Amino acid sequence: MNKTLLILKREYLTRVKKKSFIIMTFLGPLLMAALMIVPVVLATLQNICEKNIAVVDETNWFIGKFEQGDNLQFHYVFEPVDSLKQKVLTGQFDILVYIPRPELNIPVNAEVYSNRQVPLNVSSYIKNTMSKEVEAKKLLASGIDPDIIKSAKTSINLVTIRIDEDGGETKSFTEINVALGLFGSILIYFFIFIFSSQVMRGIIEEKTSRIVEVIVSSVRPFELMMGKISGIALVGLTQFLLWIVLTGSIYGVFVIIYGVPESRQALGSGGSMISQANTMLPEMDNTAVLKVFEVVEAINFPVIIFSFIFYFLGGYLLYAALFAAIGSAVDNEADTQQFMLPVSIPLILGLVISNFIVNNPEGSLAFWLSMIPFTSPVVMMVRIPFGVPYGELALSMAFLIAGFLFTTWFAAKIYRTGILMYGKKPSYRELWKWLKY
Amino acid sequence: MQAYLSIQEVTKRYANHLALGEVSLEIPQNKIFGLLGPNGAGKTSLIRIINQITAPDSGQIFIKGQSLQADHVTRIGYLPEERGLYKKMKVGEQAIYLAQLKGMSKHEARIKLKDWFKKFDILNWWDRKVEELSKGMQQKIQFVVTVLHEPELLIFDEPFSGFDPINVNLLKAEILKLKDQGATIIFSTHNMASVEELCDQIALINQGKKVLEGEVNALKDANRNYTYNCEIHHPVSDWNTMLERLPVELLQTKAEPNKINLHLKTAPALSSNELLKMMLPLGEVSSFQELLPSMNDIFIQKVGKSANPASDE
Repeated sequence: MNKTLLILKREYLTRVKKKSFIIMTFLGPLLMAALMIVPVVLATLQNICEKNIAVVDETNWFIGKFEQGDNLQFHYVFEPVDSLKQKVLTGQFDILVYIPRPELNIPVNAEVYSNRQVPLNVSSYIKNTMSKEVEAKKLLASGIDPDIIKSAKTSINLVTIRIDEDGGETKSFTEINVALGLFGSILIYFFIFIFSSQVMRGIIEEKTSRIVEVIVSSVRPFELMMGKISGIALVGLTQFLLWIVLTGSIYGVFVIIYGVPESRQALGSGGSMISQANTMLPEMDNTAVLKVFEVVEAINFPVIIFSFIFYFLGGYLLYAALFAAIGSAVDNEADTQQFMLPVSIPLILGLVISNFIVNNPEGSLAFWLSMIPFTSPVVMMVRIPFGVPYGELALSMAFLIAGFLFTTWFAAKIYRTGILMYGKKPSYRELWKWLKY
Repeated sequence: MQAYLSIQEVTKRYANHLALGEVSLEIPQNKIFGLLGPNGAGKTSLIRIINQITAPDSGQIFIKGQSLQADHVTRIGYLPEERGLYKKMKVGEQAIYLAQLKGMSKHEARIKLKDWFKKFDILNWWDRKVEELSKGMQQKIQFVVTVLHEPELLIFDEPFSGFDPINVNLLKAEILKLKDQGATIIFSTHNMASVEELCDQIALINQGKKVLEGEVNALKDANRNYTYNCEIHHPVSDWNTMLERLPVELLQTKAEPNKINLHLKTAPALSSNELLKMMLPLGEVSSFQELLPSMNDIFIQKVGKSANPASDE
C-alpha cells in the first residue's frame, strides 16, 4: 500500500476513534439543534406562566383597557392600596398596579408592586397600554378620531428581485442571506482553525515523543506531512457530514414530537440549512410560511454546499501547511504563540471584516478579500448566498489552489528540517535559513 | 570483496558549519562497523544521509554498487538515538504500523512480531498502550521494530542507552545473532567497551572529517605504545638496582613483601621476548602482558589531538 495512504489511515482512524471526536460529533448537532429549538420552546413556555394582576385605577381612565390575555389576568378592584399590598404578599395577586389620581389632569404615573421581580414584558405591556390610551384621549381632545390614525398606518411588504442577464428573476431576501453568509463564514473559520491546529498538535506530539526520526527513515518527510494533513482533512469532512445528518434527524424528531404544521414539515425535511431558516422565524402566519418557501427556493443550496466544502478544504490545506511548519519548528505547544499570531491574523481579519462585508457584498473590499487566498475562504462564504458570478468564483478558487500549493511547498521545506531539530526555539531568521537547506 | 555500503566523498554543510567534509567510508558486508566520534562530529548527519532523511550536498552513496534509491529504505533498519513511539497507541498496533511503513504486509508483520514478542517474553504487552510501559520496555519494542523486516543493513545509534545491564547483554547477543544471519551493522556509540566487544572495524570522525579507519585489532597494534605489565613473585633482594640497569622506563612500581608489580615502557626496538628474558633474573615471573591501548585511549588520543587547532569559522 502507498505509504502516504498508510499514514492517512492511521491519522484518520486514531482521531475518529477518540472519545473527544465522538462526543463532539454528537454534542455539536445537539448544540446546533438546541440553538434552533430553544427559542421555539421558550416561546411556548412563556404562555404558561400566568399572572394575576390587580389594577387600582383612581383616574378611571384605564378600566377595561388592559386586555385579558392567556397569561395575564387583570382584575379591576376598588380596595385601599395597603390591603391589596398584603394580598400581593400572601399570593392572592401576583402584581398590583396602582394608578394614582394625577395632580394635573393627565395621568402619567403608575406604581407596580410585586413580591418578586416584575417580568419585563408585563411592565412594558402596562406602559404601552397606558400611553396608547393617553395618546388616544389627547387626540380626541384635539378633535382627531383615533380610528383615522389607525387606518392611516400602513405596513409595506418589500420584495427585492434579482434580474439575470438571461431574463430570469429570483426573489432575494437580504436578511436570510446575511444570516446564511455569516453562519457559513463562522463555521468555515472554526473548521479551519480547529483542524489546522490538530495538524500542528499532531506534529508536535511526533516531535516530543521522538518517533519522527523512526518514521522518516521509512517515508519521506513530505509524505508524512501530507498523510497527516489529508487524514485530518477527512476527519473534518466526516465531522461536517455527520453533523448535517444528525442535525437533520434531531430536527426531524423535534418536528414529529411538536407536530409542526404541514407546510413547515415539508420544509423541515430539506436539510439543516432549510430547517434553520425555518426556525429562525418561529412565529409566522401562513403567508410568512409561503415566504419561507420562496426564500428557500431562492437559495442556491448546491452552490453553497459545494463552495463550503471546497473553501473548507482549500482554506484548511493552506493553513494546515503553515500550522504544520509551526509545529515542526517548535518543541512544545507553549512555544507556538509567537508564530501562531502572524499566521492566524489574516483568518481572524477575514472573520471580523465579514461583518461589514454583509452590508456590501459586492464592494471592492469584498471582491479583493475574496480573491486573496488567505482570506477568501471566510469572506467568500459571506458573499455566496448573495450570488457571486461563476467567473469570479472560479478565479477565487484558482487563487486558493495556487495559494495552498505555495504554502505546502513552503511548509515542506521548513518541516523537513524542523522535525529533526531539538532543543532551542528557532527565530524567524533561522526559519529563513531552513528554507535554503 | 566488495563493500556492502560505500560512501564516497560525502559533504554536508549547514548554514554556518560543515557537518561532513568529503567523508569516504567502506563498510564491509556482514561486519559490525563502529562509527565513532565525539558529540557533534557529524555521525548523525552521516546516518541520516544513509537513511535518505537528508540529502548530501555532494558525494555519493552506493549500496552493493547501486547508487542510493528511494526503495533502499526497506533494506535498512534504523534505531535512532532520539527515538520514541506514539504514546497513546497500543503496542501491537503500532509495531504493525511501523512495519507496514517499511513495506511489510500486515499479515507478515503480525506473525513475525508475535515471534519476537514471544522470544523477548513480552507477548502480554501487545494490547497495552505505550505510555503504560517503562522506558526500558519501550526500548525493547523499538529494537524489535527496527529489526523486524530483516534488513540487510542495520544502523544502531547508541542502542544501549536506557537499558539495564541484563537487557544490554540480551541486546548484544541479539546483535551478534543478526550478524551471524548475514546482516551488516553500523554501530554508533560513545561506549568504547562495547565497541571492542562487538565491532570488527571502526571509523573515527571528528569535526566532519574521518580521522581514523580500520580493523579494531589492527588499530590497536598500530597504536601500541610498548607498555607492559609484569608481576614477579619472591623477587631477588636487589631487584631494584637490577631494574635500573635495564633499558626500560619504569612507569609504576607496586612492591609488597613477597610480590612486585611493575608497569613499564620499552623502546620499540626491544621485542617482548627479549624483555621477558631480562625480567627472568628478577624472580619468579607470574604474569607478563603487553598492554595494548584500549579503544578509549585511541579515541581520546586522536580526538584530543585534532581538537586543539581552532575550529573553522
